Amino acid sequence: MSAPEHSTEHETDLDPMNGHENPGLGYHRPRRSDVDDKADKKAERQVAALFGLSALGTVVAIWAYFSLNDIDPGDVDSIRQVNMWIGIGTFLAMIGIGLGAIHWAKTLMRDHEMTEDRHELRSSDEAREGAIQNLKDGVEDSGLGGAKRRSVLKGSLITALAIAPLGILVPQIGNMGGDWNVSKFRHTLWGPGVRLARDPDGAPIRAADVTIGSVFHVIPEGLNDLDHHHLISEKAKAVVLLVRLDPADLKIQEGREDWSFDGIVAYSKICTHVGCPVALYEQQTHHLLCPCHQSTFDVADGAKVVFGPAKRPLPQLPIAVDDDGYIVAQADFDEPIGPSYWDRLKGGDATVEEESH
Amino acid sequence: MHSIARRRHHRAAPLLLVLALLALITGIAAIAAPTPATATTEASAEDVADGERLFAANCASCHGLDAQGQDGVAPSLVGVGAAAVDFQVGTGRMPMQASGPQAPAKPVQFSDEQIAQLAAWVASLGAGPAIPTAEQVDPELGDAANGMLVFRTNCAMCHGSIGGGGALTQGKFAPSLLETTPTHIYEAMLTGPQSMPVFNDANVTPEQKRDVIAYLDFQSNGSPGGLSLGAIGPVSEGMWAWIVLLGLIIASTIWVGARSS
Repeated sequence: MSAPEHSTEHETDLDPMNGHENPGLGYHRPRRSDVDDKADKKAERQVAALFGLSALGTVVAIWAYFSLNDIDPGDVDSIRQVNMWIGIGTFLAMIGIGLGAIHWAKTLMRDHEMTEDRHELRSSDEAREGAIQNLKDGVEDSGLGGAKRRSVLKGSLITALAIAPLGILVPQIGNMGGDWNVSKFRHTLWGPGVRLARDPDGAPIRAADVTIGSVFHVIPEGLNDLDHHHLISEKAKAVVLLVRLDPADLKIQEGREDWSFDGIVAYSKICTHVGCPVALYEQQTHHLLCPCHQSTFDVADGAKVVFGPAKRPLPQLPIAVDDDGYIVAQADFDEPIGPSYWDRLKGGDATVEEESH
Repeated sequence: MHSIARRRHHRAAPLLLVLALLALITGIAAIAAPTPATATTEASAEDVADGERLFAANCASCHGLDAQGQDGVAPSLVGVGAAAVDFQVGTGRMPMQASGPQAPAKPVQFSDEQIAQLAAWVASLGAGPAIPTAEQVDPELGDAANGMLVFRTNCAMCHGSIGGGGALTQGKFAPSLLETTPTHIYEAMLTGPQSMPVFNDANVTPEQKRDVIAYLDFQSNGSPGGLSLGAIGPVSEGMWAWIVLLGLIIASTIWVGARSS
């Protein structure tokens, strides 16, 4: 029993405050292994078995390393086998020791209750005064205050503390890149006469090839000629989904009468919620589902949001057909693609509907 | 159907090539032919007649005796082609057992011969996609790496990155492709069954379709990452981590803290 000495003096004045009587210690129930010699032996065997399991695991891991290790570098399965058996062996080796030690302590080691009474959290008055005096002495000795002031030291310390974080912050901010021109989000590779091409091979698409119920995953023609870095960032903005509906099903949006061609419509594939590629197209309902947060857009009705957290319809790419029968863009998107960001509506061509959102 | 799929083990591809060449030379291969050869059997007038009888007995209650469909009940089958029939009936999706969000695959209700007869009759109603030849769907002839590119762009968003399937809206789902036969995969791309869009030959070329089949066939080599948990992504993985693994951790914590009996 390790009860602090002063606890008794508190007990008398604490208990009436709580309004409870001290219930004392609970009944000490002896463990089976304390009273039954058989149970004691059984627990001992269990602990030994757990340590034995650990030793077995070590053997398994070493066995796997030596006898399964003739792996064929091209065969992922064989690598997996080695790793799996080494992993299982090491797991057993560790868990066996851990469980064995706990079981040993719980069943066989001395079993007795210990109590420690609460004491007041507040330090004694002497200790509190001493701490304050230490602080005062520190200020006096350092010269930051008191009789002898060392203003040069004080100034240089504050300067050092103030600029110390820059060593971390400057590289962090510098790595964000020097390009803060968010108006780039407004523009994609699409423009008048740019042909719609198949992703990923870049073959241009004929209007006649887009049969009803078809869905094409589209990139602008020429995208694949860019170097890798530009290709990725331009592709991320320009990807488009091209769908042909029965013209009877298609509700043409006001002001967009000439943006589709004979039931063929093209919409940005970048979700207006947080920018995932929206590409799960259900042919029968004409619904386009975003896999990230289940925003659902109705392709037959201007890609309006019918479900989920997205707030705006997908931007539509105005398309036409050129003299050779290929589908081309009439212009770039008339609004920034993807999720909202600051300055999104700057530039004067935001529609009234968008501003009301 | 299975006879065609089995054919690739017979190494029938060279024979089929010769047959196809002969067909070209003799000018038989007419593009507008309603039922281009299904590689093994030319649909005879008898097949068409048998198919019509089967259709009247098993399909007409929804699709109508003339297969024109009924609004809100069943679509018209004029022009859907033999490929659509072979897919829908050959995977057991049709005849549909009960109306629901979508018709799931179930045990096939007809023999291969009956399916061929049904396909012959529906194909005779109007030109549509034909059943692919064994060579067109042979995974051995496809390029699995290119198939992965095509699959990733066109299929993976619904069917998952290795074709394990995934959820859609309102009870619909994209089924797993891991047990689907190459011919049925090809036919599904060609005809766009149910919610699935059509991937015609101008969109995903016949070679690319075969590459996709090769990519999916490659998945039968097993999952290099160990337990695939159905390969349906974060749902099954999350269930495993949160319920099974976290449950084990909680159980062992309780055991550590519990007093020995």
